[in-house]
Amino acid sequence: MSAIYLDHAATTPLLPAAREAMLEGFARWANPSSPHAPGRAARAALEEARARVKAALGWRGEVIFTSGASEALALAITRSAAPLAAVSAVEHEAVLRWAGDALRLAVDSAGRVLLDAALGGLFAVQHVNNETGLIQPLDEIATAVREGGGVLLADCAQSAGKIALPDADLIAISAHKFGGPIGTGALLVRDWALLRPTGGQERGYRGGTENLPGAVAMAAALEAGRDWLVMAARLRAALDAGIIAAGGEVVAAEASRLATIAGYRMPGRSANAQLIRFDGMGFAVSAGSACSSGSLKASPVLTAMGHPHAGEVIRVSIGRETTQYEIDAFLAAWREIGG
Amino acid sequence: MIYLDYQATTPLAPEAREAMLRWLGDDGFANPHSPHRPGRAAAAAMEVAREQVAALLPPGGRVIFTSGATEALNLAILGCGVKRIAVSAIEHAAVLDTARFADPACAVLPVSGAGLVDAGTPIPEGTGLVAVMQVNNEIGTVQPVEALTDAAHAAGALFLCDVVQAAGKLPPPANADMIAISAHKLHGPKGIGALWVRDGLSLAPLIHGGGQEQGLRSGTLSPALCAGFGAAAALCIKLRETDAQHVKSLWTLARSLFPGWTLNGDADQRWRGNLNIRREGLDVARLMSDCRNIAFSAGSACASGSGRPSHVLRALGLSDREAKTAIRLGFGRYTRAEELERAAAAISVAADGAL
Repeated sequence: MSAIYLDHAATTPLLPAAREAMLEGFARWANPSSPHAPGRAARAALEEARARVKAALGWRGEVIFTSGASEALALAITRSAAPLAAVSAVEHEAVLRWAGDALRLAVDSAGRVLLDAALGGLFAVQHVNNETGLIQPLDEIATAVREGGGVLLADCAQSAGKIALPDADLIAISAHKFGGPIGTGALLVRDWALLRPTGGQERGYRGGTENLPGAVAMAAALEAGRDWLVMAARLRAALDAGIIAAGGEVVAAEASRLATIAGYRMPGRSANAQLIRFDGMGFAVSAGSACSSGSLKASPVLTAMGHPHAGEVIRVSIGRETTQYEIDAFLAAWREIGG
Repeated sequence: MIYLDYQATTPLAPEAREAMLRWLGDDGFANPHSPHRPGRAAAAAMEVAREQVAALLPPGGRVIFTSGATEALNLAILGCGVKRIAVSAIEHAAVLDTARFADPACAVLPVSGAGLVDAGTPIPEGTGLVAVMQVNNEIGTVQPVEALTDAAHAAGALFLCDVVQAAGKLPPPANADMIAISAHKLHGPKGIGALWVRDGLSLAPLIHGGGQEQGLRSGTLSPALCAGFGAAAALCIKLRETDAQHVKSLWTLARSLFPGWTLNGDADQRWRGNLNIRREGLDVARLMSDCRNIAFSAGSACASGSGRPSHVLRALGLSDREAKTAIRLGFGRYTRAEELERAAAAISVAADGAL
């Protein structure tokens, strides 16, 4: 597309290696549950993909393939042996909507979860925020949760394939956020005993014919390497500096943030007005998550952080192919709109 | 390899593969839920696909994309909030297990020895949902689903129809309330299916989040999988007559190739792309290992590895021993008559040795 795409947190292009893997997967169309030769070959390819996903992520536990992170999170929350006890206030809707009476963990002004001590039950805390890029100190949170006898579920949709996985018990990932296909995700499970089975495929934890092309493409995407994140960090530093120089604000500027996602505030301009202008100028950026972008409500994430101007913040997210030229062009557009 | 397992999954149609490629390239990626230009283009492609899939289903409802028929059936059964359920004895595990999860006292509607549910079967009082499949996956029998829908409605119950094996081949039950469909059983990709929901019927979602699919099914949808599903659906409509003729002639041929075998399921009320036959004293495991170049099955793919006798064949009144002597041959659009002849010859020879 001719537009400059800076919305990689919503989705990022399928990597060539993942595309190749997918095409090979399409050719191997037998049902992995069939006991005949092509079925067994599909099963072997599926199990190989599972092993490769584990190796690429450095995960020693189990892997349940799902249709994406939303399903993985729903599976974790509804099938967890420990009932949902708490969610952070800055979770994605895929977790928040399940919260019910569960405790909402408050966050500080940068969006960091405040948790000193925990009681038992399932705690859902994301690894990286999808709107600000903030990295939660999950290893500390895991310690607090486990000291209280609880179980930690980490939504790693934005972090998996980019930074090392946290020390969590259940982890949800989404392939299309790291160059794999849309329609494939996984729930990583430290120990089967953490979940109650439902029957069906995936060792009885997820029914439905497996999407083999999706699974092998996910493995290929995870193996593609992370060197590009060094470049992303440089680009993001230039972007942050340019925004500040132009009178903008970087959300959670001083906090530890993933190199690919940033929230920027343009004082005096509503996020929606900015989006319309950027879209017209050929830039794809977003306000909050893609799912909520169409709505006019201020981001619940920024509201939970107590940000006084949540309605003026947009999200810019960098991908593997993002260039300095695109960043410069975006900054020029920003200055023009902010002018 | 001769593939005769069309009920487990079907070969991906080249047209469906082609439709997906555009959305797997650099030009077509975007989150269809993003409001920017590339996002809107992806959303538009998804809506085209939705129309194509809707053409397989009755008017007066909406198509909710899911990850497959299993999820669609779960959404229907668990999402409608009904407490008392009745299902046929020969439903797929995706219905049977889910119905028993939702209603441990779930009523089971019996089938005849020919594998048919009688449209006059009494529906227990207080039943809120009746689920009967249109075409059985193991024996291919076609159920009187429209009459069963009327009976369910007369009893004050909703009707859910699993049309996984029938979609694109037979007209859907026009009066059903919910219909589940899978792409990969009609030459589309794996990882996508849909639940059709009659207008006015509200369901509770199973997956929360971004509120996609009118809030009924959160999660980013794949434009590629939707496009592949849509293209496969459109192709089924385009080829409906020729596909049906082809299957009919394969069926006639197949029936002549297996003298001495007994047909499981009704000979007339059935989808003719499914030949489920048994032979006294046959050791199916040995037969399958002797016919390694033919992909066929004993029962459903999901249950194939289990070694348990088929619950469908048991429901017909067959003994465990008899049920274990059955094989299922499934064929369709891309099966050649010559393949069927070669497979039948090999199976017959091996079966003689496996008695």
